[in-house]
Amino acid sequence: MKPTNTGGHDYYHKVVDCQWACPAHTPVPEYIRLIAGGRYSDAYMINWRSNVFPGILGRVCDRPCEPACRRGRIDKDPVAICRLKRVAADLKDDIAEYMPKVPKKNGKRVACIGAGPASLTVARDLAVQGYDVTIFDSGKAPGGMVRTQIPKFRLPDSVIDEECQYILDLGVNLRLNHWVKSLKSLVDDAQWDAVFVGTGAPRGRDADIPGRKEAASHIHIGIEWLANVAFGHVKTVSPRVIVLGGGNTAMDCCRSARRLGGTDVKVVVRSSFEEMKASPWEKEEAIHEQIPIINMHVPKEFVHDNGKLTGVKFEVVRAEYDSQGRRSLVPSGEPDVFLECDEVLVAIGQENAFPWIEKDIGLEFNKYGLPVLDKETFQSTVPKVFFGGDSAFGPKNIITAVAHGHAAAISIDLFCKGLRVDERPAPLYNLVSQKMGIHEWSYDNQVSEEGRKKVPMKSLEKTLTDIKLELELGFDPFMACSEAERCLNCDVETVFSPKVCIECDACTDICPTECISFTGNGEEEDLRGRLKAPAKNTEQALLVSDILKTGRVMVKDENICLHCGMCAERCPTGAWDMQKFTLHSAQAGMEVPRT
Amino acid sequence: MTYLAKPKLLRPDTPKNAVGYTKRDYEGAISTLCAGCGHDSISASIVQACFDLDIEPHRVAKLSGIGCSSKTPDYFLGASHGFNTTHGRMPSVLTGAAVANRDLLYLGISGDGDSASIGIGQFAHAMRRGVNMTYIVENNGVYGLTKGQFSATADKGSKSKRGVINNDTPIDLVSLALQLGASYVARSFSGDKEQLIPLIKGAMRHRGPALIDVISPCVTFNNHQGSTRSYDYVREHNEAINRVDVILPRDKITASYAPGELRRVVQHDGSVLMLRKLHADYDPSDRVGAMNYLQERQAVGEIVTGLIYVDSSAEDLHRYLNTVETPLNKLGDADLCPGSKALEALNASLRCNP
Repeated sequence: MKPTNTGGHDYYHKVVDCQWACPAHTPVPEYIRLIAGGRYSDAYMINWRSNVFPGILGRVCDRPCEPACRRGRIDKDPVAICRLKRVAADLKDDIAEYMPKVPKKNGKRVACIGAGPASLTVARDLAVQGYDVTIFDSGKAPGGMVRTQIPKFRLPDSVIDEECQYILDLGVNLRLNHWVKSLKSLVDDAQWDAVFVGTGAPRGRDADIPGRKEAASHIHIGIEWLANVAFGHVKTVSPRVIVLGGGNTAMDCCRSARRLGGTDVKVVVRSSFEEMKASPWEKEEAIHEQIPIINMHVPKEFVHDNGKLTGVKFEVVRAEYDSQGRRSLVPSGEPDVFLECDEVLVAIGQENAFPWIEKDIGLEFNKYGLPVLDKETFQSTVPKVFFGGDSAFGPKNIITAVAHGHAAAISIDLFCKGLRVDERPAPLYNLVSQKMGIHEWSYDNQVSEEGRKKVPMKSLEKTLTDIKLELELGFDPFMACSEAERCLNCDVETVFSPKVCIECDACTDICPTECISFTGNGEEEDLRGRLKAPAKNTEQALLVSDILKTGRVMVKDENICLHCGMCAERCPTGAWDMQKFTLHSAQAGMEVPRT
Repeated sequence: MTYLAKPKLLRPDTPKNAVGYTKRDYEGAISTLCAGCGHDSISASIVQACFDLDIEPHRVAKLSGIGCSSKTPDYFLGASHGFNTTHGRMPSVLTGAAVANRDLLYLGISGDGDSASIGIGQFAHAMRRGVNMTYIVENNGVYGLTKGQFSATADKGSKSKRGVINNDTPIDLVSLALQLGASYVARSFSGDKEQLIPLIKGAMRHRGPALIDVISPCVTFNNHQGSTRSYDYVREHNEAINRVDVILPRDKITASYAPGELRRVVQHDGSVLMLRKLHADYDPSDRVGAMNYLQERQAVGEIVTGLIYVDSSAEDLHRYLNTVETPLNKLGDADLCPGSKALEALNASLRCNP
C-alpha cells in the first residue's frame, strides 16, 4: 500500500466516527470531555454552534453518532452521547454572555417559510452575519414538527421555547399564524434577496382500505392527531387503540394514547420487528410502557357497525427476498386476523406537499414531488429559492434538517454577496499535540471500564397519567461524569512520524488491542489479513507509514484503537504522538479557500 | 501521573488458546522500564510463546535475580509462580525449586550483570549440572540501573554513552554454555520477534538446560553511535544461521520447505523443531563445530543468532540425582519423614563395619 495521506481533514475526521456520522459534524468527544470536567456551558456552546438545538436534540435526536461510536465495537454499548448532550443543556449556567452579539444589519433580507429546525438554523446562521431574516409560520409557536409531532413527555415546551428564543434574540423576525399562500409573491417581491423553504413533510399518508370513509370519525392521521394532542385539542382517547405503522411517529402515537386513556393500545406493523423504521430505543420504550408490537400484519379492512369502528382486519404475511435482496410481503396463508378496537391512528409515513408553490414560476419538481435541488447547495431551479429539512429530500430527522440549514445558509450568504454558490467555505480544522510531560497528556487517557449508564426515569404509574410530564429525569452530574469518562477520545489521534522510529516494538508490545503492526508491505487485502490482529472492518482505514529502515512498514488498524496513548507513552523517540484533531464544519460567512 | 494499567477491554474477536486463555491472561503488571527498552519486547515474546504453547500460567515458575532484566518477571505471567532472588543467585534457587517439584516449567530470567558478573559461578554450575530450565539472559552490555557502566559482556573497543572505550575482554555466555554442557543454546535479538518467539517455545519444550542469550538494546544508555548493542548496530551485524518453527505433536505440518534447506529435530516430548537453514554448512548438532563457528564469526564482527546447538536426547539433573517424580508438596508425611528406624538403617548402611 502507499503511505496513508493524512493531510487535509478527511483522514483524521473519519477516525472520529461519531463526528463523522453526525450530519452537522458536532465535535462530540470535545464536548463530552467538557461535561466530564463539569464545564456544561462550554459543552453547550460547542453544541449550539454545530447543531443549534442541544436541549432538543439531547432528548429526541435520531443519534446517528451512537451506532457509529467506537466504544460500541469493543464494549457492549456505545457512549450515551445523546443524553450527555442533554446534560450540557440541563446543567449549564446562564449563557447569555456566550451568545454572539447582534451585528449591524447588512441590508440584505431573507424570508424563511416554516419555523422548524431547518429554517431556524438558516435564520441563526444568517442573523449573526448581519442579515435581516423573517420567518413565516402558520402555527402558534415556533418549532415546527419539533413542537407539533413530538409528545411533551419526551420534549417539554419549555426546552423548545428556550432554544427558539436564543435565535429570536439575534434579531430574527417571526410572523406566526401566517400561512404563505404563494411562493411567487415572495419571489417577485424585490424586498427579499433570498427565500428559504423549510416547510417539512406535512402530510400524513393515509390507509386507503375498505371502511376508511365510513368509519372516518374513529380513524386519525398520526401526525395530525399528535399536533392536536400537542395543542390540547385532543385530551382523551378511547380505551382500545390500534396504531398502524412501525416508525418513530407510530411509537409517539401509541405512547401518547397510553397517556390519554388508552388501556389497550397495540402497534400493528407490516414488516418484521427488526425491519421497523423506529429507532431501537423508541421501540424499547413502547414495550416498557406495556404496548404490544404485532408484526407481519397488513391492514385489510376497517370493520365498522354503521360507521362505528369495531376493529381492523389484517392479513398475515411473511417476507420473501429475491436474488437482489429486495423484500416482498407475501400472504402466509394463515387466516386473517381481526383485532378489536375503538380508534385507529395511522402512522404509515409522511409526504411532502407544496400546494402553495405555483407551477409556472420555473421551480421544477421531480417525479416524487420533491423540488429539483443541487445536493450540496440546496439551491432550486429558481436561483433565489433554497430548500432544506424534510421539504428538500423527503422526511429524515431533526439533525439532518439542521445540517441542511447550515448548508443552505452558506449558499444564501454567497448568493446575496453575488458569489458562486458552488465555491464553498472550508471547515476549520487543527491538529495539536496533547503532550504535557513524559506520561502526562492534556486529556484523561485512562480508559474507563464502566458500562453504559441508564437514564433515570420517573415511575411508569406517574407518567402514564400525565401526558405533559417528562418521563426521563436526565443524568445527574455524577452519572454524567461517569458516562462521559466512557468516551474513548477518538479525536485525540495517534500521529506517526516514520523518520524517527527506531523499530523497537515498544508500541506493538503495549497496545491493549493489538492494532499496531510492523510488517512487510503488501496490497490492502493481504496486509489486513496478516496484521498482529486481523483488520476485518474494511469500513475503517489502515494507517500505513512510509518504508522504515528495516524495509518494513508500520500499519495501524484504526478500527478498535482505544486512543489510550500507551503507544506514545512507550515510544522512546516521540515517533508516536497524541494530537487532538479539531474540526468545526463550515458555516455562513466563513472564508472560501482560494483555488 | 503514574503509569496507567493497560485497559482490560478486549477486542471482540480476541482469540483463546487450547486451555482457554487469551494472550492478555499471560501479561503481568505494567512495565516500569524505560520507553523502548528491549527487555519489554522479550517480555512480550515470552507472553506470546506461553500463549502459543497452551501453557497454563500456574504451571510456570519464573525466577530472577537483580537488575533491569530481573525486574521483568513482574511484567509477564502475572498468574505464575515467581521468586526474585538476591543478585546473581537465581540459578541455585531455581535448582532447589526444580529438585523439589519437577511438575513446573522453570523460567530463569537474568541479565548480563546478574549472570556474567556477580552470578557467573551460579550460571556455570546450572549449565554443567543439567538443570531442566529455560535460562534467558537479557543482554544489553551495560549496567542500566546504575547509569550505564560497561558490563562484563560489553565488547572490547565499544564506546559508552559518555565516550569511554571498553578495554576489557567480553564474556560470551553462549560460548560458555556450549563448553559447560548446555543442551539447547541460542542467541537472538529483542528487535526480531519472529526469530525470538520460536526459540523461546523450543527452549520451553526442551529437556535440560536451555540458554537463550538475547541481545536487548538499552535505549537510555547503550543505543548510540559506537555502541555494539544498539538497535542499528545489531541489525547491521546480525547473521542468522537458521530460523526455527516449533511444531507441537498435536499440530499438522502445513508449511512447505524446499528440499535440503530443512532440518528436523524431534525433542524428547515429541515436539519438532523445524530448522530452516540460512547457512548451508551449519550443523546445530555439532557442539565443537558450533564453538568454532562462533569464534570465527565473532572475529569478523558478526553477531551469530539462531539455534546454535541442540541435543534433543540430552538427560537432565533429575536423572543424574534420581529425584522423586512426585513433587515434595504432594508426598505424604510417611514418605517425607519415614521415621527413626529408617534413619537408623540409613546411618547403618553408611558406617564401616568394624
